[in-house]
Amino acid sequence: MSIELKNINYSYSIGTPFEKKALNNINLKIHTGEFVGLIGHTGSGKSTLIQHFNGLIKPSSGQVFLNKKDIYLDKKKLKEVRQKVGLVFQYPEHQLFEMSVYKDIAFGPHNLGLAEDEIKQRVKEALDIVGLDQALTEQSPFELSGGQKRRVAIAGVLAMQPEILILDEPTAGLDPRGRDEILTRIAHLHKQLGITVILVSHSMEDIAKYVHRLLVMDKGEIKLDGTPKEVFSKVEELEAMGLAVPQITYLMKALKEVGLDIDENIIDLKQAYHEISKVLSE
Amino acid sequence: MIRDITIGQYYPTNSMIHRLDPRFKIIGTFIYILSLFLVKHFYGYLIALLFIGVVIGISKVPLKFILRGLRAIFIIIILTVTLNIFFTSGDTPLITIGRVVITQEGLYTAAFMAARLIMLIIGSSLLTLTTSPIQLTDGIEKLLKPLSRIKVPAHEIAMMMTIALRFIPILLEETDKIMKAQMARGADFDTGGLIKKAKNMVPLLVPLFISAFRRADDLALAMEARCYRGGEGRTRMKELRYKRRDTVAFGVTVVYVAILVLV
Repeated sequence: MSIELKNINYSYSIGTPFEKKALNNINLKIHTGEFVGLIGHTGSGKSTLIQHFNGLIKPSSGQVFLNKKDIYLDKKKLKEVRQKVGLVFQYPEHQLFEMSVYKDIAFGPHNLGLAEDEIKQRVKEALDIVGLDQALTEQSPFELSGGQKRRVAIAGVLAMQPEILILDEPTAGLDPRGRDEILTRIAHLHKQLGITVILVSHSMEDIAKYVHRLLVMDKGEIKLDGTPKEVFSKVEELEAMGLAVPQITYLMKALKEVGLDIDENIIDLKQAYHEISKVLSE
Repeated sequence: MIRDITIGQYYPTNSMIHRLDPRFKIIGTFIYILSLFLVKHFYGYLIALLFIGVVIGISKVPLKFILRGLRAIFIIIILTVTLNIFFTSGDTPLITIGRVVITQEGLYTAAFMAARLIMLIIGSSLLTLTTSPIQLTDGIEKLLKPLSRIKVPAHEIAMMMTIALRFIPILLEETDKIMKAQMARGADFDTGGLIKKAKNMVPLLVPLFISAFRRADDLALAMEARCYRGGEGRTRMKELRYKRRDTVAFGVTVVYVAILVLV
């Protein structure tokens, strides 16, 4: 399943003094099975962009293609698009509403018109994927801890079995352990089921660790597009946009500056460890 | 639809009208509204129209913006006009279809009422368009102050209004967000009959209520953490002061009312 955006423009509150251009001529192609990271300063248009992927926001001009088909050609098919492209919003636990965890996760599959057996199966699977105990199904989602609520909400999207999964800062406000666990599970999902994943994040470390391709947005435009290594080598450019590179990259640069013969384009801890021990043993 | 309602919306720009003291603007709007009820003849509305037209001109608020507010009350206007056309008795029938009689008086009253309604809405939306919510509540608090002697909680009323107004855009945004989140899970808010539609609202309303309570809780805590204890002895950063332009504006309003009454 691939997504393609062609000449997308979007403005908020058109025709009022509050009119604001959020996206400016976006052209983008996301291929099947990619793990894409999306970073950008607050207000750079990330959230607006991802809502174009499943037709929640209609572009002011331009086209959105899902598997080479224009999603606005047949408006009745939009629901199908939203099943294929699962979107997990920021703080998804704020959208919980049902009496029990089971019912909340089943909300999406119910809307798809699935049979009760199938729904049961999907809820079970979704709970497994996010690592929640099956015994929780009859509890009220409002009695759970913050991290558990977040997982229930993510499970609610996963139960629709999307082929593309978009997550808008899925780890915001979680402790380091909860953060690692959720991201590991998402990476696992990508590897095992071949789901295309788009991850919006403010943490450069998380991005460096998980994604294969990195998009950088600034002022409603995609400014950089490449592997995390390529993107994070452009420190000045990123800093000018109010972004940063991973801490470890700063360390490597500092080491290089004091005269160590070291590869400074390193973005994760493991590589850095190898590189430093290699240089030290020489 | 929600965006069409301009009553209560603020249009930020810097004009003479925007700079007027909110207390005067509130009283001025009341005078204007009352003046519309003094009008006995169509000429009166021409004067009122001229007056409000000049005020709109000075205020720099685009006419398009003001007229958009009328869309929200379009149905009420239509209803008023229809009722008046068919149910006003008079001596000069124009058209008679069976037992339905349309009289000249009916048409006249219908036009009269429609004009009054439209001018009423334009006038009151002009108040909120040119006065920021903070200024508005400040003005109301000051105007209610004398009433606190007879135990009217002026400060509390103003504070409640400020908070309520402040929360409108936040809750609208929240509604939009939750709606989209549920739509991403296949929820449908548009189709179906009345009962089905109401049922479909549950996934929207439950999270919205929870979030409203959470926000109210947070706000109360934040206010207490900053030692808020009600209005007693509270000073403010921007004191309201009558300036010369307020006196001038008051003079103009008096002249307008005088002309209206005399004509």
